Amino acid sequence: MSETKQNPTAELPSGNAGVSRRDFLNDITLGALGVAGFGGAALTYQYFSPNVLFEPSTTFRAGNPDLYPVNSVTFLQDQQVYIVRTPTGFYAVSAVCTHLGCITQWKPEANMIACPCHGSKFQPNGNKIEGPAPRPLPHYAINLTADSELQVDKLQIIKADQVLKV
Amino acid sequence: MATPFQTALENLRTTRVWKSIFRRGPAITNRTRSVAVFGNLFLHWLPVKVREKSLRVRAAYYLGSLSLLLFIILVVTGVLLMFYYHPAAPKAYHDMKDLRFVVSNGVFLRNMHRVGAHLMVLLVFWHMFHVFYRGGYKPPHEFNWVVGVILLLLTLFLSYTGYLLPWDQLAFWAVTVGTNIISAMPVIGSKVRFVALGGHIVGENALLRFYVLHVVILPLLAFLFIGVHFWRVQKDGGLTVRPKGDDGKN
Repeated sequence: MSETKQNPTAELPSGNAGVSRRDFLNDITLGALGVAGFGGAALTYQYFSPNVLFEPSTTFRAGNPDLYPVNSVTFLQDQQVYIVRTPTGFYAVSAVCTHLGCITQWKPEANMIACPCHGSKFQPNGNKIEGPAPRPLPHYAINLTADSELQVDKLQIIKADQVLKV
Repeated sequence: MATPFQTALENLRTTRVWKSIFRRGPAITNRTRSVAVFGNLFLHWLPVKVREKSLRVRAAYYLGSLSLLLFIILVVTGVLLMFYYHPAAPKAYHDMKDLRFVVSNGVFLRNMHRVGAHLMVLLVFWHMFHVFYRGGYKPPHEFNWVVGVILLLLTLFLSYTGYLLPWDQLAFWAVTVGTNIISAMPVIGSKVRFVALGGHIVGENALLRFYVLHVVILPLLAFLFIGVHFWRVQKDGGLTVRPKGDDGKN
């Protein structure tokens, strides 16, 4: 047995590409470090993604539908949402510009929504008229509660042609 | 005839404590001067000999040295500001107001930090342009050019993270807009923004994250790369680069 210990590679059968003990140990060490590195990166990413957020609720009540006259656009500043009422019904449009997140403003005299930061312009239904914003303003899910108040869910984005009829 | 002071100094040099710290004789010959430089942690990366013409103001304009000076000023004023600043909403805003209107000399320190930061961004860009137009990125200086680009990015990140800390309207919207630029990245954009802010909005988590980046992580990285940058300047042959045939006289 002592002869094999003195020259380990000499006894290796042909066809194993001649992997020496040193190369083998280097490879498994680097492999283990790689696995540990990826695992550490994944755990660090998880650590930096908070599980509990103390942010304002994304669902809110917007009051009785009678508060909003027909053909009106109402800006709810606390929620950063426009409640639009047309002859067919209600929809809720985000007031956050799709360009870089500034809060847009409703300009009744021009019948459009305008962003003060970089000049994007939108129609009251959120469609883009012009300017650097890449997408129209999204519509949020809107419905009536049991006690007939409007309720908006800002996490749920719906198609622009969906209207709440009251 | 030696003065009493010189005699006292000579006696001090023979003490065991002095010898254990300095480990050499007085720097009076070229050899002992070299040993003095090699044996000192803070001097050992400097060249033992510098050509006079490479130290001319015309040759270097000292833009890099001035950037370093501003960095040191920003570290000192920044550490002093930390004694009155809490990175929490809305306390941060009130602390900033207190620094301006209540704390003795607070407004001086805060403005020094603020104006210094603006100046540092300006000087670092100026330094980069100067090096670029002098051809300072050419071999053997390519590595140091890349280190310089990293330092430019670190300066901009330091400036940007510091911008949120006053917690005023300007800070809030600058970071809202800036982090929305991050979310324009394909596929991972909104995830990166979420981790950068620690949430969906610029809130308490974002303030704390930017604070830790601003006062710990980015300055440490800047120290590290500034060290490499200055060491490399010396190893690459001094402050200035000259094209062949330019002896620096014109």
